[in-house]
Amino acid sequence: MAAGVAAWLPFARAAAIGWMPVATLPMPVAPAEKSKRQDELIILNVSGRRFQTWKNTLDRYPDTLLGSSEKEFFYNEETKEYFFDRDPDLFRSVLNFYRTGKLHYPRYECISSYDEELAFFGIIPEIIGDCCYEEYKDRKRENAERLMDDQEDNKDAKLPNMTFRETMWRAFENPHTSTMALVFYYVTGFFIAISVITNVVETVPCGSSPNQKDVPCGERYTVAFFCMDTACVMIFTVEYLMRLFAAPSRYRFMRSVMSIIDVVAILPYYIGLVMTDNEDVSGAFVTLRVFRVFRIFKFSRHSQGLRILGYTLKSCASELGFLLFSLTMAIIIFATVMFYAEKGSTSSKFTSIPASFWYTIVTMTTLGYGDMVPKTIAGKIFGSICSLSGVLVIALPVPVIVSNFSRIYHQNQRADKRRAQKMQKARLARIRLSKKGSCTAYLHSKRNGLLNEVLELTGSTEDEQHLNKSTSLLANQHHHLLHCLEKTTNHEFVDEQYYQQSYLETALQNYPSRSPSLSSHEGMTGTCCTRPSKKHRHTPLPNSSTTTHMKPLAHSHQGGLQELSTIHIQPLSSSRCSLNLCVDEAMALNCQSGQITTAIITMPTPPLTTPEADAPLPAGHAHQQNVVKVSAL
Amino acid sequence: MGALMVIFSLQPKQRRKMTDSVEDELELSAVRHRPEGLEQLEAQTRFSRKELQILYRGFKNECPSGVVNEETFKEIYSQFFPQGDASTYAHFLFNAFDTDHNGSVSFEDFVMGLSILLRGTVQEKLNWAFNLYDINKDGYITKEEMLDIMKAIYDMMGKCTYPMLKEETPRQHVEVFFQKMDKNKDGVVTIDEFIDCCQNDENIMRSMHLFESVL
Repeated sequence: MAAGVAAWLPFARAAAIGWMPVATLPMPVAPAEKSKRQDELIILNVSGRRFQTWKNTLDRYPDTLLGSSEKEFFYNEETKEYFFDRDPDLFRSVLNFYRTGKLHYPRYECISSYDEELAFFGIIPEIIGDCCYEEYKDRKRENAERLMDDQEDNKDAKLPNMTFRETMWRAFENPHTSTMALVFYYVTGFFIAISVITNVVETVPCGSSPNQKDVPCGERYTVAFFCMDTACVMIFTVEYLMRLFAAPSRYRFMRSVMSIIDVVAILPYYIGLVMTDNEDVSGAFVTLRVFRVFRIFKFSRHSQGLRILGYTLKSCASELGFLLFSLTMAIIIFATVMFYAEKGSTSSKFTSIPASFWYTIVTMTTLGYGDMVPKTIAGKIFGSICSLSGVLVIALPVPVIVSNFSRIYHQNQRADKRRAQKMQKARLARIRLSKKGSCTAYLHSKRNGLLNEVLELTGSTEDEQHLNKSTSLLANQHHHLLHCLEKTTNHEFVDEQYYQQSYLETALQNYPSRSPSLSSHEGMTGTCCTRPSKKHRHTPLPNSSTTTHMKPLAHSHQGGLQELSTIHIQPLSSSRCSLNLCVDEAMALNCQSGQITTAIITMPTPPLTTPEADAPLPAGHAHQQNVVKVSAL
Repeated sequence: MGALMVIFSLQPKQRRKMTDSVEDELELSAVRHRPEGLEQLEAQTRFSRKELQILYRGFKNECPSGVVNEETFKEIYSQFFPQGDASTYAHFLFNAFDTDHNGSVSFEDFVMGLSILLRGTVQEKLNWAFNLYDINKDGYITKEEMLDIMKAIYDMMGKCTYPMLKEETPRQHVEVFFQKMDKNKDGVVTIDEFIDCCQNDENIMRSMHLFESVL
């Protein structure tokens, strides 16, 4: 139950009076308040600092250390207080959780010590409030990454059972995994550098023939440069083919940016090989050599920073696009103005508006080449306005782009967005599960509650304590409230799974209208050990694989005849089955008193087998003076 | 030109800031209600001093501002019925508690209602229940009103019930109710018919005493 509203439970129960006139069935008995104590103050001594709170405050969360009987382990008899040898500063957050229902994460605390405290006090960190959850998760992720980095240095062992292909791919992607990969990495880097330098040096004039003008080195040492080029291209081709072979998904690899760069880098060479001495296309061929400069982009495989820069530019595309757009607008406006301003002057360079574009760009970027200058007064005025606004236009978007870059850079430093989404889903699932615990807790305790009534009526206190170990009074009252609602509407709460099953099964439940003696005995044993077709199966509770769940819905009693409207029994494992069989045989099913005695006899054994006691004996409600005990197995 | 760019890039943040400040203002001007003194409440209700203290502490813990509005009321009530949808019934309850119909339940309203429900005579409790069912407070319970209430109650059960909830289950239940309550078969149930009928029904009378030990 959501414990923050535990104080409103009396209100909810009182409001249940609104259902009473509508109900057709009699209401269940309210849980007895065994000891009607006044609310007492509890002293919690945490390493010397004393915290005091009401006991009810702590009881709001019965599945934590402080809310359950686990705190009795820490009770100090002499000082009559609960002593915890933990950090008092962190305990503040824990106690505030009980008081307000919200768990907060103090920012100055270390994340691992906070986690330890929460684990000690039995509080799941997923319920940290939304105000502090982001911070908590960030810190946790940083911590985990730091630990992972430390670990990764240690774990360089090759994973077993990797095929040759996978090994190669891994070597390509992470050069530091093996020596061969490192060698390969450096060799390719070296050749990329060689290739780029070759391209550059090719164009440097180094001829020294006196009667000729300088020729570029490329034309002078054609053969040498050609050999160099061939060697580089061969290395790149081999590398590309090897990567293509090793890639887990070849199609995806071929579409990736890096492979496209590789292809573009080596293609001009092969095209050049193919077409030789064709004057028409030789011009185009020369242009194609420009693409050789793309080889420099192959360096981005070697540099993480370049990759981030590329990614940033890609994601800042909208800002860059807008910058470009506004610049274009400004250029057009000012070019038009300058053109018309300079139209009058003679020998003006501003021959057309497109010609003025060049002046505007040069002026706005404060380059000022001086090849085009305005001569008229109006032209000079507008020229100065143009240069001033140019400064503004260029300077303003730059911080936006810079901040974008830093944001993306920091984002890249953290884990993937996809991992964060998965964690968010997991968190919500865990919270949902703990909330759902309240529904299943009710269904679970219904059986226990029925047991309690048997015990109360027969006055056996040891067993009562034994079975009542974990349900608090608050939970009891809440379950009683839900039970009243069931009685009002004559329907029951069931598990989701069971609901699905009953939805699929169109067969209605049987009313075993028979004498309660042997036939029910047979019926039960039949149910127990054979797959029941007529009787309904029940749903297993989420925290146990097999449990029995039995509840009689309504019962009429005349004499000794008892009718059960529904019986839900699950076919159990064989060992359990035999246990029930024994119990079956032990029962004398006819007289009520007999059932009661056997009920008591057989009761202790099931709880000892599993914590979720497979108590095979639910009891009907006390009904005026008739004690109706329905023993179903 | 630069101004345009500034406007475009900063506008989304500004808009957010503006709505935040509006909401903040609303928060600050929220109603802060302080209840009457303990002695007065003690005189007006049938609770002892200690009980009033416990009640107020719980009330204030959940609603620090001192009043409950309908949304908070629905949330609180829904937490007790995790499997179903308790908001419709909570709405009717809210109207029943908000006796002066000002849209919020203060501690006095809360405690008055509880006083009737937990410490009142059977007559008073039945009166309260009738008031709850009579949605438009005209002194008659019609079949439509009862159907609304019944649907709200069945909504709280949720979907996963056994036996499965069918469409006509609330309607049938209303028929049964009217058959029992409507003595002169005029299609409405008056307060006298209601009280008479309830007083003659053992189950109902017994269940009225069910929650007396609460608190």
